[in-house]
This record gives sequence, structure tokens and C-alpha cells, in this order.
Amino acid sequence: MNKEEIIEKLKPIVAPFVKNEVAFANLTDKTDFITDLNINSANLVDIVLDIEEAFEIEIDNESMEKMLNIENTIAIIQTKLEEK
Amino acid sequence: MTKNEIVSKLPYSKPFLFVDKLITINENGVEGIYTFDANLDFYKGHFKDNPVTPGVILTETMAQIGLVCLGIYLNEGKEIKNIGFTSSEVEFLKPVYPNEKVTVISEKIYYRFGKLKCKVKMLNENKEEVCTGILAGMIL
Repeated sequence: MNKEEIIEKLKPIVAPFVKNEVAFANLTDKTDFITDLNINSANLVDIVLDIEEAFEIEIDNESMEKMLNIENTIAIIQTKLEEK
Repeated sequence: MTKNEIVSKLPYSKPFLFVDKLITINENGVEGIYTFDANLDFYKGHFKDNPVTPGVILTETMAQIGLVCLGIYLNEGKEIKNIGFTSSEVEFLKPVYPNEKVTVISEKIYYRFGKLKCKVKMLNENKEEVCTGILAGMIL
């Protein structure tokens, strides 16, 4: 799955938790879930669980801790998909 | 860890401890009881001359038994530095009056990455559901 395909699949997962719509509309690789989209850490857990389900992968604690921005999240999803 | 040890590890004290005793606890959930002391201060004002347990206190009671006790159990052996209530979606079905004994039953939905999310209900002594909802908290 390429980066664009992952982003398209990621957007509807993240959307319900976004508190900053402007930042979400202007999403880039560097967009940070917590500081840019104003998502709290509790909701970030729900996003990660939804990602696991949507991509049929399992996220470990170490990966979860890195999943703070779009770029890292895509990289982790790609790694986990390759490991399957 | 015994059920009494879990209650003793709760980070609350009177007048904000809303757990008397745990009935059962395991990996998947917890059941506990609490009797609302008629002398609790909020009854003087909620409502004037008509004491009814506030919904926020019912929610707190469900969280202390359903999330915090279960969280302590699931973290057995590990030190809990901090806990935080992160979300609640609760429906209130019946009033709860002073001196009523309630039973809280919580079923774990998930405990991942420090977040515990549970389906929780509260029953009165007639086994009628008085409130029900989904609560979540973070354990750090």
C-alpha cells in the first residue's frame, strides 16, 4: 500500500477525534496528532485500535509511542503490513 | 491481590470514596457495592429539601468501582503514578436516594496502551438498572 492510499484510509479514522479542522484540512506529513489536531492521548489510543482493525495489523507499545504524527504513523503501518 | 487490598489502594478518601466492597473481580470485569451515606454534604443542596444523588456522583461511583478498582487489579505489581478519567457516556434511568445501596457491574471492553474502557451499569437493591454507560480512563 503506498503512502497516498494509507492517508486516504487513515483520514476517516482520525476525523471523528479532530479538534482542529483547519489543521486537518491542511494535513501534511508533519501534522502531529496531539499538538496540531488537538487530539488527546486517550483518543489517540482509539485511533490506534481503529488503525489495527482497518489495516488488520497489530501495534505494539513501542510503535504506539512513535505514532504521534502522520509521517511516523504511515511508516509504522507500512512496516507492519510488510511483516504480515 | 485481594479485593480488600484493591479497595485500600484506591486514591480516594471520605467524603469522596464511593466504594464499600468488591464482590467479584477478574481480568474481564468487576462488581462492587456502595451505600450512599445520607450525611453526604451534597444532599443538603441537591435538591433543596429533596435529597437525590447527583448524576455526576453516580458516574463517579461507576468510575471508582468500574474503572479504578479494575485498573488497580489489571496493574497488579506495577506502580500506578497517575490516573485520569477521560470520557463518559452515561444514561440515567432512575433516581437514587440517600441510604440506597447500589451495585456497580463493569465489563472490560479493552485495556490497551494504558487506556481502560468499560461498559458499566449500576443497579439498585431491587436489581433495577439506575444508570448505564461507557466509561474510560488512562492509567499512567
